[in-house]
Amino acid sequence: MSGIWVIAGREIRSLFLSPLAWIVLTVVEFLLAYLFLGQVKLFLSVQPRLAGMDNAPGVTEVVVAELFRNTAVIALMVIPILTMRLISEERRNQTLTLLFSAPVSMAEIVLGKYLGVMSFFAVMWAMVASMPLMLYMGGQLDLGMYAAGLLGGILLVGAFCAAGLYLSTLTLYPAVAAISTFGLLLLLWVIEWAGKVGDSVLNNILTYISIMHHYESLIEGVFSSADIVYYLLFIITFLILSIRRLDARRMPH
Amino acid sequence: MTDTIASLPLVAAQHLSLAYDGTLAVHDVSFEVRRGDVLGFLGPNGAGKSTTMQMITGNLAPSAGQVFIDGVDILDDPKHAKARIGYLPEQPPLYRELTVDEYLRFCARLNHVHKERLNGALDYAKQRCGLTDCGKRLIGHLSKGYQQRVGIAQAIIHGPPVVILDEPTVGLDPIQIRDIRNLIRELGNDHSVILSTHILPEIQAICNRVQIINKGSLVLADTIEGLRQRMQTSTLTIALRRAPNSTALLEIPGVLNAEPLPAGRIRLHHTPDQNPAEALVERSVREQWGLYELVPERISLEDIFVNLTTSETDVVTGVAQVTP
Repeated sequence: MSGIWVIAGREIRSLFLSPLAWIVLTVVEFLLAYLFLGQVKLFLSVQPRLAGMDNAPGVTEVVVAELFRNTAVIALMVIPILTMRLISEERRNQTLTLLFSAPVSMAEIVLGKYLGVMSFFAVMWAMVASMPLMLYMGGQLDLGMYAAGLLGGILLVGAFCAAGLYLSTLTLYPAVAAISTFGLLLLLWVIEWAGKVGDSVLNNILTYISIMHHYESLIEGVFSSADIVYYLLFIITFLILSIRRLDARRMPH
Repeated sequence: MTDTIASLPLVAAQHLSLAYDGTLAVHDVSFEVRRGDVLGFLGPNGAGKSTTMQMITGNLAPSAGQVFIDGVDILDDPKHAKARIGYLPEQPPLYRELTVDEYLRFCARLNHVHKERLNGALDYAKQRCGLTDCGKRLIGHLSKGYQQRVGIAQAIIHGPPVVILDEPTVGLDPIQIRDIRNLIRELGNDHSVILSTHILPEIQAICNRVQIINKGSLVLADTIEGLRQRMQTSTLTIALRRAPNSTALLEIPGVLNAEPLPAGRIRLHHTPDQNPAEALVERSVREQWGLYELVPERISLEDIFVNLTTSETDVVTGVAQVTP
């Protein structure tokens, strides 16, 4: 299983050797910081009125939850760009042969790639998550809610990346992988909207399928194992599909 | 082929076939490579050379047939089989954004080279391929010839018993070609090498066995020695100032047939076991025919290749019918 780390290490190195990774980190951090500051300003302006209310939303609900929501939107746009090249570019440049000829299993290749790109998003999440911590220095923060949102964010990014990785195994063209990943993820996002009207069984199913529905409850501090299981199943499914897809070339026809 | 451990071939391909959309890209190809062999794989473009190599290296699964590397089935136990192979595909699988050292270190670790042996393996591969001074350079900035060397270094870094090179000298200048050939010849001392090429003299220069594939089937498999014998024909071309009539020539022992050629030359066909050259010279001196030219005809490897890959009749016996 040591192949996983070798492949993940190479992936991270190549990512950070390209300007793309740095630009993505910069742009994401800039946008989110701007939105974050706007939300802090909003909170400060309504704070006097909130102070008079019972059960008023605190800074975590107003500022941190909104930051995590914004991060999800940006992740939806950024992740397809970073996952698109994972397999398709290696296949195009014919470097995939190197991995296929080496004594590593397809599972090691897929997990290595997945871990590599996930480490990048771990860096991104660490940068995003450090912003609310600054509020903690000057006031109080609902740490439980913050932690649940953080976990939800990592699971969400994990799910996005797994889907992106799978779609990258399907095509030679990174752009095709990116657009189809974006389309799939957006569909899984908006599918919930149809479920909001009425209360039939179908609506409940659509809501359950929605990738954002589970994230929303975690942001709100509701830690339910059903949500965690949803994301884990999502990730495992797409990783297994990727492994099977790579194996298909090697297996007897 | 007098190998002490000849019982187990390092590579054994058995009845490999591959069907692509109903057409057979490779059809029933079987061969073996033993320790110390340098096997040249010849064939026109699209004959199935690269496809066969991809199947041997576990990159592509055959529709039928089996591949054993050092006795390990590559489909059943790919990890152990692949650890015994170093493979340079047609296009070297290089990460252009890495330096040579970074890349080779990655390849070594991918092939489970132990941490303590890593630097040694790196130095060995670089020294073997003449890359000692390029360790810090970006692969993307190297010339084609040097990229090819990095590709070969990648294939030998883990010291595999079998090295498979797909057209290793394509796109190199003559000096680089000479270097790479020397390298391959050296590799043959302690690895088994399979290499594919279009360049016929290359085969004669570095291989000890040849295999010609055409339209997905093997049409010839022989040693270089055997090939040399095929290249000798039983024909002499002579030129005489005062040529006698053909009956006089046919009297010489061994001569079967005399065929007049333009410019006063005559082609003599003789039995393979009796070369009439000596008798002919003696007789020519005695009877003052004025012999001034005597050339044993040879067919080149190119003739064999062209004949095998263009004629409709396949099989090895086709060679015997070659007429220069």
